[in-house]
Amino acid sequence: MTSFPEAARVELANVQQRTNLRNATDTIRAKRAKVVEELPDWEDLREAGRAIKADVLAHLDEYLLQFEAAVEAAGGFVHWARDAAEANAVVAGVARAHGVDEVVKVKSLTTDETRLNAALAEVGIHALETDFAELILQLDGDWSSHILVPAIHRNRAEIRDLFARTIAPGIVSDDPRDLAEASRVYLRERFLTARVGVSGANFGIAETGTVCVVESEGNGRMCTTLPPVLVTMLGIEKLLPRFADLEVFLQLLPRSATGERMNPYTSLWTGVAAGDGPQEFHVVLLDNGRTRVLRDEVGRQALHCIRCSACLNVCPVYSRVGGHAYGSVYPGPIGAILTPQLLGIENASSLPFASSLCGACYEVCPVKIDIPKVLLHLRAKAVEAKAPAAERALMRGVAWVFGRPWRLSAAQRLGRLGQRPLVRAGAIRRLPPPLSRWTRTRDLRPVAAESFRSWWRRERA
Amino acid sequence: MRIALFATCIGDTLFPEACRATVEVLERLGHEVVFPEEQTCCGQMHMNSGYARDAAQLGQRFAEIFRPYEAVVSPSSSCVGTVREVLGMDNVFELSELLVRRLGVEDVGASFAGRVAYHPTCHSLRVTHVGDAPLRLLRNVRGLELVELPRANECCGFGGTFAIKNAETSSAMLADKLDAIESTGAGYCTAVDGSCLLQIGGGLSRRGSAVRPLHLAEILAST
Repeated sequence: MTSFPEAARVELANVQQRTNLRNATDTIRAKRAKVVEELPDWEDLREAGRAIKADVLAHLDEYLLQFEAAVEAAGGFVHWARDAAEANAVVAGVARAHGVDEVVKVKSLTTDETRLNAALAEVGIHALETDFAELILQLDGDWSSHILVPAIHRNRAEIRDLFARTIAPGIVSDDPRDLAEASRVYLRERFLTARVGVSGANFGIAETGTVCVVESEGNGRMCTTLPPVLVTMLGIEKLLPRFADLEVFLQLLPRSATGERMNPYTSLWTGVAAGDGPQEFHVVLLDNGRTRVLRDEVGRQALHCIRCSACLNVCPVYSRVGGHAYGSVYPGPIGAILTPQLLGIENASSLPFASSLCGACYEVCPVKIDIPKVLLHLRAKAVEAKAPAAERALMRGVAWVFGRPWRLSAAQRLGRLGQRPLVRAGAIRRLPPPLSRWTRTRDLRPVAAESFRSWWRRERA
Repeated sequence: MRIALFATCIGDTLFPEACRATVEVLERLGHEVVFPEEQTCCGQMHMNSGYARDAAQLGQRFAEIFRPYEAVVSPSSSCVGTVREVLGMDNVFELSELLVRRLGVEDVGASFAGRVAYHPTCHSLRVTHVGDAPLRLLRNVRGLELVELPRANECCGFGGTFAIKNAETSSAMLADKLDAIESTGAGYCTAVDGSCLLQIGGGLSRRGSAVRPLHLAEILAST
């Protein structure tokens, strides 16, 4: 994985993308703030959401078995997948058993995480993305940069040009309605002829075996009801104990995600029902690193995440660099704590440092994930695993200096001497590496002529 | 009240004026300020950079020095937030919250001629929770014109070693903050954290901007 600072440098140079992101995140941010403000019990809801998720994680073994039994009792099939390859093989197996060369897909982060589309392509099956934004990315060979608004880095003129090249030759309008209509014309026939649908899930209810998908466009409703066969892949942490728990999450999620009081489409189904919807239903329960995350007492709260993306929209880092810099299907603050845990800290060691620790993410998280706390926890692990020797030595040295006041005074005196040739008109404009990374864009305030300590000694002691 | 001053490593080294101003304001209000000379750093930089063991040692050291005092004041909200959160030390206050919340003072008898933009630092808002204490104090400074800072609650991009490790992202955040500050027509930008003022001031100075960074304590100390 390219390190975050390197990837961010590339993304920051994309001025159009920065403008698109800024406009889009500003809009969602304002909408969210407005609908959250109108709920007097928002803080209670957050606490309830956190508590339910903590309970799920504490008793995950029991809830998973309960869910499996309930799905099977309702006529569904349950598959357990330790990793991405196992999960993808289940989906491919179902598609092959029905002899199809195309499946229609609901937008799903979990199947993005397992790279399902690529795995299906290898066995000659095309996975058609039916979410508007996912379709855009698929048509352009691009990839998602936001959990909820995958094409947030694109504007409508760019989308019009793409459609003109691909599914709607001759389209000239970049009116959102016309662009949506073009995709509708393209997709509608595929919905009606598809024989296998693939989805992720927002929630799985342990008590009833019910699966819940929350969406805005109706494509999900079509994928989960029209094809005779449906496969749903969900991470094992997506369970809720009781049906009644949806009351909490269906308030938290749309308000946090799109800034809506209620999302346009909420689909709930339990197993199969004769003459109604898919007649064959498979659930794939995916681990793929989650049980390892669960073992970490501080880090496990990342599994509370309901993928609302409120943390992305308020993040000053995300809104500058965009999602691609995080090199994962989970970008932004939640990605910075989830990806290193799922992949192992040694494989994503720069991500926990991709934050100024401003805390805006924690403030908006609907399930109260203390992202800054987990970031610090993971930073300590990253340093242990692979901090550069020079940095380690420097930090130890600074800690030694801070160990006694006389050492700090001596360091201040040294600094004062050392900076002498560098100070121009009261500011340091250039420093050697690694501090040159500061002075490339900023002046540095010099060490004061007299420290507070010596002033105090002179004046008061 | 007898109040111990925690100058912080950055305050002692780079912002001694802010520390002196803190002493002045409190003494003017009739309090006794002491400076425990054993103090150095609270360990925040090490903790935020992933050096947990060094941070724990420095935190331990801080606790031993400052635990005996009824009240400790610091001109840095982020250090205060760290020692409260990590070490559980409820006797440590950022200057503005000590004045407004603990001592019940909103008018410290200061006068300062100038247009001032207040940047609410992230840790003062979300970790130390100083709320509007700094604004209440600023509104009572004679001659001071407080201007509204657009997108005030957004981070300036400092973030400790983040400013070095992710220099480009940090600078992009700073550029937007500086644009916001300059758009107000303010002559000064103030805050309750030297660290953020180091970033903002460094950016303003590089731009050749006429806006000056100034710690809140220095405004409150001026008469």
